[in-house]
Amino acid sequence: MPGQMSFVQNFPCFSIILCMFIGIISSAFKEKIARWLNIIALVVNIVLSAAVLLYTVRTGESYVYVMGRFPAPWGNELRVGMLETGLALFFCVIMLFCLLGGRHKLVQEVEEGKQGLYYVLADLMLSSLLALIYTNDLFTAYVFVEINTISACGLIMIRQNGRTIEAAVRYMIMSLLGSGLFLVGICMLYDLTGHLLMSNIKIEIARIVAEGAYRPPLLVTIAIISVGLAIKSALFPFHAWLPDAYGYSTVSSAAILSSLVSKGYIFLLFKIIYRVIGFEVFHDSKIVDILFLFGLMGMVFGSLSAIKENDIRRMIAFSSVAQVGYIYMGIGMGTQAGMVASVFHVVSHVATKSLLFISAIGLTDVSGGSRKFIELTGSGYRNKCAGVAFSVGSLSMVGVPMFSGFVSKLLFSQAAVQNDGKMLPTLIVLGISTILNAIYFMKTVIRIYTPVEEGEYPTVEWWSNKIYASVLLCFVVLNILLGVCSQPIVDLIESGLNIFA
Amino acid sequence: MGANLFNNYGEAVAMILFVIGCGNLMLQSNLIKKIIGLNIMDTAVYLFLAQKGYISGRVAPIVVDGVQSVEAYINPVPSGLVLTGIVVSVSVSALMLSLTIRLYQRYHTLDLDEISLQLKKEGL
Repeated sequence: MPGQMSFVQNFPCFSIILCMFIGIISSAFKEKIARWLNIIALVVNIVLSAAVLLYTVRTGESYVYVMGRFPAPWGNELRVGMLETGLALFFCVIMLFCLLGGRHKLVQEVEEGKQGLYYVLADLMLSSLLALIYTNDLFTAYVFVEINTISACGLIMIRQNGRTIEAAVRYMIMSLLGSGLFLVGICMLYDLTGHLLMSNIKIEIARIVAEGAYRPPLLVTIAIISVGLAIKSALFPFHAWLPDAYGYSTVSSAAILSSLVSKGYIFLLFKIIYRVIGFEVFHDSKIVDILFLFGLMGMVFGSLSAIKENDIRRMIAFSSVAQVGYIYMGIGMGTQAGMVASVFHVVSHVATKSLLFISAIGLTDVSGGSRKFIELTGSGYRNKCAGVAFSVGSLSMVGVPMFSGFVSKLLFSQAAVQNDGKMLPTLIVLGISTILNAIYFMKTVIRIYTPVEEGEYPTVEWWSNKIYASVLLCFVVLNILLGVCSQPIVDLIESGLNIFA
Repeated sequence: MGANLFNNYGEAVAMILFVIGCGNLMLQSNLIKKIIGLNIMDTAVYLFLAQKGYISGRVAPIVVDGVQSVEAYINPVPSGLVLTGIVVSVSVSALMLSLTIRLYQRYHTLDLDEISLQLKKEGL
């Protein structure tokens, strides 16, 4: 209905503004109020996103929300479809779980008086994630990429020890390189097309390509933007900053960083592929093959590094490298099916990786705080709840049926079979990577369920920390739900991608 | 190729500066030098934008005596982008410097590799 606007259509804008506003006012309040404000922001966001999701599913098409009163080629826009709202809803839910599940560690690990700031950073992080998901303007995307980087850096270093500050510095260096490249890419795109709104750029690029003009600059631009975002989302050769940043920060930060922050950048890349460059042009530029290759390498080398690791948190962090490799492999296949598989893997990895980080903390807590495998022996008996949750996460990562990881692996292999040129390498590496995953995750599961003599460490019952236990339960249910009822979600992703461009 | 490079010398210089800054950010082990590299890198992008946004013979789009023809003004958007970019880069530099101060207070060195070595010794 052109001209007439439903009230629901305002919600994406509201949710971005709300998070940012709450983030700003939280800094003036005490910790407890900041925490409650954060929870309220998340819950309100969940409700708003769910309403918009229902609305877009009912209308079956995406809509453009004009920010301010300047029409298309000049103003700023949000663009909202099923995929965007679905992911926004999902990200908010996961963020809520991550913050609740890691709260008791936050209280222990972060200095008194600084915990309020943690929630300020979390609010800013959420608003930047939502803006990255919804925005239809490239330069706005750049600004929010930087806000995201800064708040992510804050989340890493809020636990004050030498390790985390060093990790934050390394994270910043790589991230800033990535956003610098992204910025150059945007400037070159603006130079080529004269637009900053994604849809306008796409029309102009289609024209340029049809004329056959500016071929080298366009190729360089696509390459620079892809590499910039790949660095920020820790694709294989650029992952050096990742294990420290995820391994030593407080557990909520690790879960949020690994599951949400890197996915925000990946989603931006999806958006750029579909909405800015155009899928065909991107595919013809052969950049996909390079992403495919790095994705495959990441899948193998990430897992190999994880096997060598003797520290459970760093092992899970390295596993992220492998999983990001899967996502880029799906992008690199250059088919619609590959993209659907990638988006589903984004969802599945978000649910599983945060579960693994949150449950691992329960296991290390009952092992005297040590993260070495030898100390973790039998910890699955000492904290039954975390043990079960960790096993579920591991099974899902390995790709056992019933869990979400299985569905994404199934989708990847289906996509591979439909793709003649890349079928063999994909299937072979998928197989190798699954075996490697099984080695290090099953090794850990067996280790935590190896009985030891009584004594050394205390046993923790689930009711001693009810919030933690219920968060783990929610995660487990979410994982099984994604694994069992995957079809509606896959359908949603497919129809979302169809109207995405 | 050569003639194009000469005609667009502003852009060429910007790209060379970008690579220099990028190299400094990656390869220097001194944190302050890294931050300087970061700033060179960002500034190179602004030079690129400013160079692209300027059309010789035209003026800034500020209306003095009535609106003249469209041909009289330059495009104001790149200048706006430069301003936004400067704000972002200032805040990022400030954050990096504050992290550097923290590390220096703890380890009394600015060398990132040496800090990593000390961390290994601490065995945290």
